[in-house]
Amino acid sequence: MKSGDQSALAELYDRYSSVVYAVALRVLGDTGAAEDVLQEVFLQLWRNPGAFDSARGSLGAWLAVITRNRAIDALRRRKPETDIEDVIVSVAPDLAGNADRSRAAEKVRGVLGTMPAVQRTALEMAYFEGMSHSEIASKTGEPLGTIKTRIRSGLIALRKAFEK
Amino acid sequence: MTEHEQFAEDLALYALNALEGDERATLEKHLTTCSACRLELEQLRSDGALLALSTMGPKPPARARQRLLDAVAKEAGHPSVAPRRSWWGALGWAATAAVILFAASLWKENSALTRDLATWRSVASQEQLELENVQKVARAITDPEVERFTVVAMKTPPQPQGKAFYLRNRSSLVFVANNMPSLPPHKAYELWLVPAQGVPVAAGVFKPDAHGSATVVNPPLPAGIEAKGFAITVENEAGVEHSTQPVMMIGTGE
Repeated sequence: MKSGDQSALAELYDRYSSVVYAVALRVLGDTGAAEDVLQEVFLQLWRNPGAFDSARGSLGAWLAVITRNRAIDALRRRKPETDIEDVIVSVAPDLAGNADRSRAAEKVRGVLGTMPAVQRTALEMAYFEGMSHSEIASKTGEPLGTIKTRIRSGLIALRKAFEK
Repeated sequence: MTEHEQFAEDLALYALNALEGDERATLEKHLTTCSACRLELEQLRSDGALLALSTMGPKPPARARQRLLDAVAKEAGHPSVAPRRSWWGALGWAATAAVILFAASLWKENSALTRDLATWRSVASQEQLELENVQKVARAITDPEVERFTVVAMKTPPQPQGKAFYLRNRSSLVFVANNMPSLPPHKAYELWLVPAQGVPVAAGVFKPDAHGSATVVNPPLPAGIEAKGFAITVENEAGVEHSTQPVMMIGTGE
């Protein structure tokens, strides 16, 4: 059965599945688990399209953040922490096209590359592994205060790279 | 370090869900009273989103697409939302997705300083209002009584183009534009409904994203106006009730 509904969802899938899958895979490191998160994210959007409205920013950014949160929850086997309707990503650009994403990925790699390795590691541990600040501190042997400073200045560095 | 500087660092961790324990509780309490921190939190979440957005990787396996569509087809037989069959069931989602797609190409300028997160939260909790808005939009695009208008630039290429979907009996309007030239700061495009009689009616202000795309969804409109066409002018970004500017684009019904 092909209805207007399915082709609409398929269109959204075709546009955004790459970024959703890429984020899920980056966090989970397992293609099967990543595929499950991919399904969940789009099914959730299907069930509740009103959860996103354009006042909250770009759909691509919203999906990327939802995916990262879901994947972290799966990774850490915990219940979902944030209600998806609370997620507001107001300023990130929408990077659905592959060319846009490649350019953005390059920019992000550039910023991460110029960071001290310890800073990059702290940021990635927090973002892609969902580690808490105390977990990062104990894993790296660095003081809590140092971890906090690194993560904050890491995010600011990313912000500056994308500001006009 | 002042208290507020301390919160600044905790905010970054909180934005990544990496803050725990007492510090998290303290920060959450602070957030209920500090709109500056709420705004910064929103900004930091967006900064973090850059990490996600720019993640590259292999494409998902081809079978995942069909798996999703099969799951959706199964669910469509048993809708979890109790809708009215006349429009939501078969066509509502298509319209909603179309709007999401067009809305998704909006580029928001960094106007975080003018937003209040608490306001968004109270909006977010009004699920019923959101659903109603989505339903209105769905109707606007798919109702057979919808009149479609295409507006085109009067000059030669590149060709800005817009499509307006107008449902007169519900005063529902969805407008989608492509190839719109970017504007200087503090300027915006304004959409006008050109009635069969009387002066043009303001129908929403918009700015194109980096790709020249823009959307206007359900601007407030007086009830039941008969539209002869739609037009676009360039105005100061707050928009005006009556335009003195030359018409940039105009179109009548298809």
